[in-house]
Amino acid sequence: MFDFAGMRRSFAGAAAAAALLAGAPALAKEVRVYNWSDYIDEEVLKDFEKETGIKVVYDVFDSNELLETKLLAGGSGYDVVVPTGPFLARQISANVFQKLDKSKLPNLKNTWPLINERTALYDPGNDYSINYMWGTTGIGYNEAKIKERMADAPVDSWDLIFKPEIVSKFKDCGIFLLDAADDILPVALLYLGLDPNSKDPGELQKAGALLESIRPNIQKFHSSEFINALANGDICIAVGFSGDILQARDRADEAKNGVTVGYKIPKEGAQMWFDQMAIPTDAKNVEEAHAFLNYMLDPKVIAKASNYVNYANGNLASQEFIKEEVKSDTSIFPDDATLKRLFVKEPYDAKTQRVVTRIWTKVVTGQ
Amino acid sequence: MRRWLLISVPYLWLLVFFLIPFFIVFKISLSDIATAIPPYTPVFDFSMGIGEFISKLDFENYRFIFNDSLYVNSYFSALKIAGISTVLTLLVAYPIAYGMARAPKEWQPTLVMLVILPFWTSFLIRVYAWIGILKKEGLLNLFLMNLGVISEPLTIMNTPLAVYIGIIYSYLPFMILPLYASLEKINPALLEAAADLGSPPWKSFWQVTFPLSLPGVLAGCFLVFIPATGEFVIPDLLGGSDTLMIGKTLWGEFFGNRDWPVASAVAVVLLLVLVIPIVMFQSNQEKEREAAR
Repeated sequence: MFDFAGMRRSFAGAAAAAALLAGAPALAKEVRVYNWSDYIDEEVLKDFEKETGIKVVYDVFDSNELLETKLLAGGSGYDVVVPTGPFLARQISANVFQKLDKSKLPNLKNTWPLINERTALYDPGNDYSINYMWGTTGIGYNEAKIKERMADAPVDSWDLIFKPEIVSKFKDCGIFLLDAADDILPVALLYLGLDPNSKDPGELQKAGALLESIRPNIQKFHSSEFINALANGDICIAVGFSGDILQARDRADEAKNGVTVGYKIPKEGAQMWFDQMAIPTDAKNVEEAHAFLNYMLDPKVIAKASNYVNYANGNLASQEFIKEEVKSDTSIFPDDATLKRLFVKEPYDAKTQRVVTRIWTKVVTGQ
Repeated sequence: MRRWLLISVPYLWLLVFFLIPFFIVFKISLSDIATAIPPYTPVFDFSMGIGEFISKLDFENYRFIFNDSLYVNSYFSALKIAGISTVLTLLVAYPIAYGMARAPKEWQPTLVMLVILPFWTSFLIRVYAWIGILKKEGLLNLFLMNLGVISEPLTIMNTPLAVYIGIIYSYLPFMILPLYASLEKINPALLEAAADLGSPPWKSFWQVTFPLSLPGVLAGCFLVFIPATGEFVIPDLLGGSDTLMIGKTLWGEFFGNRDWPVASAVAVVLLLVLVIPIVMFQSNQEKEREAAR
């Protein structure tokens, strides 16, 4: 009953299609980019395609852990990825990335020495990565709900989180903390007057104990749910990344739901983080990846991205192209005095990492 | 020859999609964590002999799991949550399945369709929808406050209660369908006979209907209990940070701590925790059936 002739015809068709597909990458140049979600002005990608003729295949992720798992499994298939500082450092030591060919990146001249100096902590000499965006980890809050419960609430101080008599006032309203030891433990250390980069197990235990003491007031440890929860007015306070909280602010504004979200960098200091663009060792389109990085180092291009996502970038020359409302927003571009109070977190060595992980699990699960 | 071919298909399936992946996971569970691609050290390479391989073999990661109360508590907590959810799902599903089986024959295909209908929407989106219902200013609280039943909003989101609701909702069809299948097969003449002999309806239910539906009850309970034990999405989205479940602990080990060897060991132990009692149960059933003959 089989129609052999027909089958042969369709086989021939499939073979021709396969040949065409296999030939395609050789004809069209492409670069595969893996970046955070909601983190670019799509027009930037279109402009790049128009200008260079290189097609951009753009995928997004929402956590460093997910990116790291793909990179460590090997053969991720991406040419440009965007991990955050401490993750980048660890991935460099796992030989995940290749050194940048700086001769192909003439636009490196536009970078911001101050930012380069700080990112060198993760990537000595900035040999493997360029800065895409940077920001802070601070306090996001629902203005009306905070006022309702405490008129003079210290939203610009870590007292809001770590002083039991203050934090307990907001327990019923919902407090979220990032589910990441790397972001929360250093702040607890800072609040105790210790070095946020302390690797001393005793000091780390003290920070853990501080967190456990306020634990009953925390509704949830989660690294992304707070964006929606803040924007919808479901919670009062979230300790999170500046850009995420500003995104919640914008979403609430767009929804016109009467929710006003604020963001403050606490006066005691806060962690500064950096998202870095790097090229995996097994990238297939190395040439195109460099072209993409060089394009992103163009002051006008990266200014366009900053204007869209409300983050500061590491490109000094771009600042004249950044919109006034973004540039003058001190929660995005902190003033010099605030900048001095920001600290950078060093990556933990494997042994400290295990101690930190265990302390963190105890804080989060109570186990 | 043909028959062998036919029988080999499911076994081949089992080999390729279960046994081989399981051995890969088992192999990783015997290795050590490393900063490399992939992030663990190989357990053996072909240059070493069998003796050397065995002498190097250690169950370090398994020892680690059993020495830290976190993992043991996560297993127990997951089994408890899955067990309670299974019983509750059965209580909700049984009347629905019973109603379906007793409905007019021409309605039944439509009713089965309605039970399957939620699968047309992504599981993740349906769980997300529960956030909108259960949260402080969500639909449920608004509804109850407007009715005047409560004056203060209930805190359900991010508590174990939300996890139970999520599991019961998500797995309900897996309980209803096998129950319906076994209830629908019951010959109504049996119930008529019971009534004729003077049995009141509740007695006929417990002595005729329920025993005959037991295969459906068991199938439904397994279909709910097993996946619920390893559930990750529901406790992550609806539960609080202190809602311990082994799926979440495993996720944290794999992604958060990037400790693939320990994560693999957790997965292997989870499989044993689930498979051993089920196999024991099955062989017991088999024996009873033999004895009945």
